[in-house]
Amino acid sequence: SNLWYLFSRSVDKAWKELSNILSGIFCASLNFIDSTNTVTPTASFKPLGLANGTDHHLLRYAVLPREVVCTENLTPWKKLLPCGSKAGLAVLLKAERLFHSSYHSQAVHIRPVCRDASCLAVSWELRQTLTVVFDTFASGQGKKDWSLFKMFSRTLTDACPLASQSKVYVDISPKNKEKELLEVTPPPTSVHEAIVQGDKRTYAVYDLLSPLLFNTSRSLNVQLKWQRPQESSELPTPVLHAQRYVSGYGLQTGEISTLIYNTHPYRAFPVLLLETVPWYLRLYVHTLTIITKGKENKPSYIHYQPAQDRRRPHLLEMLIQLPANSITKITIQFERALLKWTEYTPDPNHGFYVGSSVLSALVPSIIAMKDVDVEQSPLFTSLFPSSDGSSYFVRLYTEPLLVNLPTPDFSMPYNVICLTCTVVAVCYGSFYNLLTRTFHVEEPSRGGLAKRL
Amino acid sequence: VVEGLALLDLGVSPYSGAVFHETPLIIYLFHFLIEYAELVFMITDVLTAVALYLAIQDFNKVVFKKQKLLIELDKYAPDVAELIRTPMEMHYIPLKVALFYLLNPYTVMSCVAKSTCAINNTVVAFFILATIKGSAFLSAIFLALATYQTLYPLTLFAPALLYLLQRQFIPIKLKSKSFWLYTMQYAALYLCSLVVIICLSFFLLNSWDFIPSVYGFILSVPDLTPNIGLFWYFFAEMFEHFSLFFVCVFQINVFFYTIPLAIKLKEHPMFFMFVQIAIISIFKSYPTVGDIALYMAFLPVWSHLYRFLRNIFILSCVLIVCSFLFPVLWHLWIYAGSANSNFYYAITLTFNIGQILLISDYFYAFLRREYYLTHGLHLTRQDGTEAMLVLK
Repeated sequence: SNLWYLFSRSVDKAWKELSNILSGIFCASLNFIDSTNTVTPTASFKPLGLANGTDHHLLRYAVLPREVVCTENLTPWKKLLPCGSKAGLAVLLKAERLFHSSYHSQAVHIRPVCRDASCLAVSWELRQTLTVVFDTFASGQGKKDWSLFKMFSRTLTDACPLASQSKVYVDISPKNKEKELLEVTPPPTSVHEAIVQGDKRTYAVYDLLSPLLFNTSRSLNVQLKWQRPQESSELPTPVLHAQRYVSGYGLQTGEISTLIYNTHPYRAFPVLLLETVPWYLRLYVHTLTIITKGKENKPSYIHYQPAQDRRRPHLLEMLIQLPANSITKITIQFERALLKWTEYTPDPNHGFYVGSSVLSALVPSIIAMKDVDVEQSPLFTSLFPSSDGSSYFVRLYTEPLLVNLPTPDFSMPYNVICLTCTVVAVCYGSFYNLLTRTFHVEEPSRGGLAKRL
Repeated sequence: VVEGLALLDLGVSPYSGAVFHETPLIIYLFHFLIEYAELVFMITDVLTAVALYLAIQDFNKVVFKKQKLLIELDKYAPDVAELIRTPMEMHYIPLKVALFYLLNPYTVMSCVAKSTCAINNTVVAFFILATIKGSAFLSAIFLALATYQTLYPLTLFAPALLYLLQRQFIPIKLKSKSFWLYTMQYAALYLCSLVVIICLSFFLLNSWDFIPSVYGFILSVPDLTPNIGLFWYFFAEMFEHFSLFFVCVFQINVFFYTIPLAIKLKEHPMFFMFVQIAIISIFKSYPTVGDIALYMAFLPVWSHLYRFLRNIFILSCVLIVCSFLFPVLWHLWIYAGSANSNFYYAITLTFNIGQILLISDYFYAFLRREYYLTHGLHLTRQDGTEAMLVLK
């Protein structure tokens, strides 16, 4: 889980309070956020709403890679919705089906927005997103057909009465200009075309507030069927994607490698990479290398804040230019520290997590967006923001890493103290003897054994 | 050091992280010399050897003079002729010292690893040379440099002071005015040079950051990377509650032997220096094999004590075997994963016990020889039978 916030004053105390309050609201262990996993990025994470000045010292970003999302986080998230999970789209969100998926992510975004066009008053916009990836191919007996009932084991019955808009969008974009490859039932209320992430896409829209939808049946079960059996066609690769992994052997050193792919055929663009590495992996910034197409690539902006033991993590921010159609490899070597025995997690051989790195970029679109599109599809512009039509903003998170640290023997504290103190006592004893005693000739013992005793 | 230079290039203070703990003067030095690093370390080792050679040469002359004086004053017992040292046997000692240092596998290892310990050794060697030559000013400067880099050579102030007092023929009596005058002079020289060097470092990097990073680091032992010393595992397994207490105890342990040794060995300041250097290299918070190489270089100076050493065979075997086992068990723990940290820790313990017993053995032999010199070699009891010597 990660948390970031731009404050207006007195940051550190407010950060602690914020993380504790959010931890209580969402039943997430955000209260473990402290100075050892919080950083102050200088360039990433520019706020998206109205903001008076962006002093980066007031921004805090923390990541807790060990925390996973589960039912206890979903329930308070659903409670924030106006109708909860009783009406509207949220009735589909039942925990046992949602967590039976390949990927699950939920987010809450808050930003100040203008209340109206004249921007005299500012309100707070709360945006909640839930991203779930269902693999129907694997669970649907080899067919790529899906339906709401198959995925969520429920259907939609009505819209939330408090909602001003309640829509379901189904992406029916034809690939390779072939039409009629798939069929959506029931027929959608409208079909909408939009340019999303530089691509022209067609959406079938189901407006739950429109009275036509529930005319024929009380429940809405959107189904999608493929007309022809699908040849294995690959999904289009996104223009910007990244991978991260740890290499090396043994428990002393290692290397973190990040691979960034730019699959745009002819446009180069810069990407801002933010890496937060915990203090117990000691990064050596003189081993940082960035290689693109076999040649060294120097970043145009680099900000590095080394870690302090037990106080703050490493922060590395770089602005790297990615040439068109290339793979960029960024490597940095680190040394693993030995921690005190109380600082290990209860299962120390599981390893320690390193949080994802964040890539922020303005990716150039293959198809430019026109201003008129921006007004017509407010949903898409808030999900995929772009300041002008020619590029769109993307924030990517790489995989978290798991590294092993050398462990001391946890059963040994008393023994170690005794043995080390014995060695010191041996030194002290021999020196004491030699310093305080002098040589004497041995006196012969008089009398027999009995007298000696 | 390379990391510190890279951080400087990026515009970040090298001390803002936890990786760099060397002094600003080292950064400054290596800023120019980083290209020739191997050559630099070879030259420092050669310089150390040369300094030790010249120092021991002078020291031998002093020893011989003192011996002659004591014989003339009839301080020695009549039958100790075989214990008296002759110039013939002392002729090759300086060469042996230099060779002991240069050919010691520990020195070679620390040169290959390009450890800054070699620079510290050079400064200490020059300090010893300056002390033996009798120049209080140079000796104070080199001692200040050595203390500035690693804190522990502070304890070498006492043997140097004793040596210089002996050289000036000032008797060591607490009531003597000239004693206190000379002590104050030397202490003032030392402290002033230390202050000058620290201020110079401040102006190099324009911050006082280096003080907690260098000295705070040495004193509080936050980094528990395994080394050949005793501290790392101790503090890795320490109960949190007692951590501060034991840090203080261990630091006091290094400085603690100075005063008693000074009282006992005030007539023999060079042996005091040797024992003190050995104690520093065993009990310092981050020892390296380079420190061991330095005090082992002095062993040929005391080769005449060989007949009084009690356990030299066992101890040398212990040290050699442990030196071979160190990398083996390290590899097994960190890379092969088939041993755990206890194996490496055990070798640390044995190695340090070996070193401690070596030093106390030499100390015992030294004191015993002194006793024989003044009381005669063949001791007889009151009834004429051969006697045994015990420590009581």
